[in-house]
Amino acid sequence: MKNRKVKLMQGNEACVEGALAAGMKFYAGYPITPSTEIAEICSQKLPLVGGKFIQMEDEIAGMAATIGGSLAGLKSMTATSGPGFSLKQENIGYAALAEVPCVIVDVQRAGPSTGLPTAPSQGDIMQAKWGTHGDHPVIALSPTSVKETFDLTVKCFNLSEKYRTPVMLMLDEIVGHMREKIEIPEADEIEIYDRKKPTQDEVDTYKAYRVNEGEIVPAMASFGEGFHFHVTGLMHDEFGFPSNDADTADKLLRRIMNKISDNVDDIVMFEEEFMEDAEMVVLAYGGTYRSARSAVKKARAMGLKVGLFKAITIWPFREKRVIEIAKDQKKILVPELNLGQYVLEVERIVAGKTEVHSLGKVNGEAITPDEILAKIREVL
Amino acid sequence: MSSQLIKNNFRMDRLPHIWCPGCGHGIIMRSMAQAIQNLGLDKQKVCIVSGIGCSSRAPGYMDFNTLHTTHGRALAFATGVKLANPELKVIVVTGDGDCSAIGGNHLIHTARRNIDITTIVFNNNIYGMTGGQYSPTTPTNDFGTTAPFGNIDKAFDICKLVDGAGATYVARGTAYHVNQLTKIIEKAISNIGFSLVDAISICPTYYGRKNKKGTAVQMMNYLKDSAVDTKVAEKLPPEKLENKFFIGEFKNTTEPEYTEEYMKIIKKYQKER
Repeated sequence: MKNRKVKLMQGNEACVEGALAAGMKFYAGYPITPSTEIAEICSQKLPLVGGKFIQMEDEIAGMAATIGGSLAGLKSMTATSGPGFSLKQENIGYAALAEVPCVIVDVQRAGPSTGLPTAPSQGDIMQAKWGTHGDHPVIALSPTSVKETFDLTVKCFNLSEKYRTPVMLMLDEIVGHMREKIEIPEADEIEIYDRKKPTQDEVDTYKAYRVNEGEIVPAMASFGEGFHFHVTGLMHDEFGFPSNDADTADKLLRRIMNKISDNVDDIVMFEEEFMEDAEMVVLAYGGTYRSARSAVKKARAMGLKVGLFKAITIWPFREKRVIEIAKDQKKILVPELNLGQYVLEVERIVAGKTEVHSLGKVNGEAITPDEILAKIREVL
Repeated sequence: MSSQLIKNNFRMDRLPHIWCPGCGHGIIMRSMAQAIQNLGLDKQKVCIVSGIGCSSRAPGYMDFNTLHTTHGRALAFATGVKLANPELKVIVVTGDGDCSAIGGNHLIHTARRNIDITTIVFNNNIYGMTGGQYSPTTPTNDFGTTAPFGNIDKAFDICKLVDGAGATYVARGTAYHVNQLTKIIEKAISNIGFSLVDAISICPTYYGRKNKKGTAVQMMNYLKDSAVDTKVAEKLPPEKLENKFFIGEFKNTTEPEYTEEYMKIIKKYQKER
């Protein structure tokens, strides 16, 4: 019989609990609503487990210090919201190219700019993919409940450690500030992945960016362990040293892209309900999924054949499954708290094989089940 | 033949460096290595962090834990490294533009925290890597590729800036006064707290050419003739100090260090749990 703790907590609080369960020992950030509780709770809880919290002078520094903490060997996280997410982008690209595992939480609020502080939004979904310059690997997850926030934060750490890449948790103000009952799993129920490190026998032969046979990413030493390696945001060779060589650059960028695209099955999570006879599918994520589910159940009660697809992993996109849905001639509706961002990706994947509809909202209020239901009836 | 100092502290296969003939940066980098060796630091525990620019290529040549970051952000990355592992001796290599323009906010706040990081500013009064634009330490009326009619900005005194912000060790040296520079860097590294050494370099290629300062040798002679030790300066009449700049130690104090203070919190509250 498991003796799980049952608590009433906020999404933001569950995020910290998940991070601690995953082994977070370092947090650097800057206050911004609606993510601030994450910093506050980290400042309270990290020292209790021997971890470190630091409030930096700005968002950019928060991202930089998070990367520094990870290079020194600690599982590291930062959290922010819209404007801060914009400021962190350059160093997110650094972490992607230098292959530094870390977790970035974005509790999305309505933008652009200072926008509507701090009304909910899902306006940063495309920024998560394209926010930093240059091609770069992206993993982003988006939870729909407090419990899922806990679970996905653990998952974010595991994916970042496994693939040596920054991973984003795309919360939104709805889930971040919502309070729900959550049963916290016990430590032995939580799967934890720690980065693979080189052994001490490899001190003299270690190449910081060489992928060993059968591995997905290079083994990662920490500063101070005797491996004199170099880390840079320049294109680099297997030793980590800068290189302007065309082949070296091409090989490196393709390798860090492929480590994600070759492992989509391991990374992508989604859930489906009411799909068998569905003539139409509502594809939703984050806080909006909650309204979508309610709308689909109402539609079913009315005899409408509507299915539900929950995108848990936002990036990379579950292309294979969505193509199947499109081939089955099921219409797709994407409700989201922006003027149609994720729907663009759905349209790209579907490529005209079925009808794709968008339901966007940007007035700072959540999309209601009735609004989605009305759209379902219009489309069907 | 390379000296033992070079063999012991540099990645021989990464040399020669990319700096222009006559650049002062190589001298300052060597001085850093000499200081580290003189102090007998454990190489495994030395982490050298840099930003972007000519200066910031230095760590790539040095055989330590090295981290070449984004423009202006070296001190923020370094803060993360140091707090995560306080055992590391963290040294930041930066330039005048990197640390006092784009990284100015990080500079004052890292100083304010008095975190145990030693910052060596390779100060050549210009953005060299991008081809000679004026920086926050380009003197007023001097020229740069973005100041074709003369620079109307006032220059930062980086030493005064970090002194005001809370650094506990502040000094200036030059690429000409090498022995003094090495000693200053040793003292800066030994200080438990935020230390900054404003190491005046020369850039004959851009700053020198734009401002008709002559050859690298002439620019070195300028450093020799214009630098006055701060201790000597106190005894000189004002007319002897015209058009001079000061070198030597400006501040050497002891204050609570950030990571030590944080470890006290951990010790206190982790135990009580």
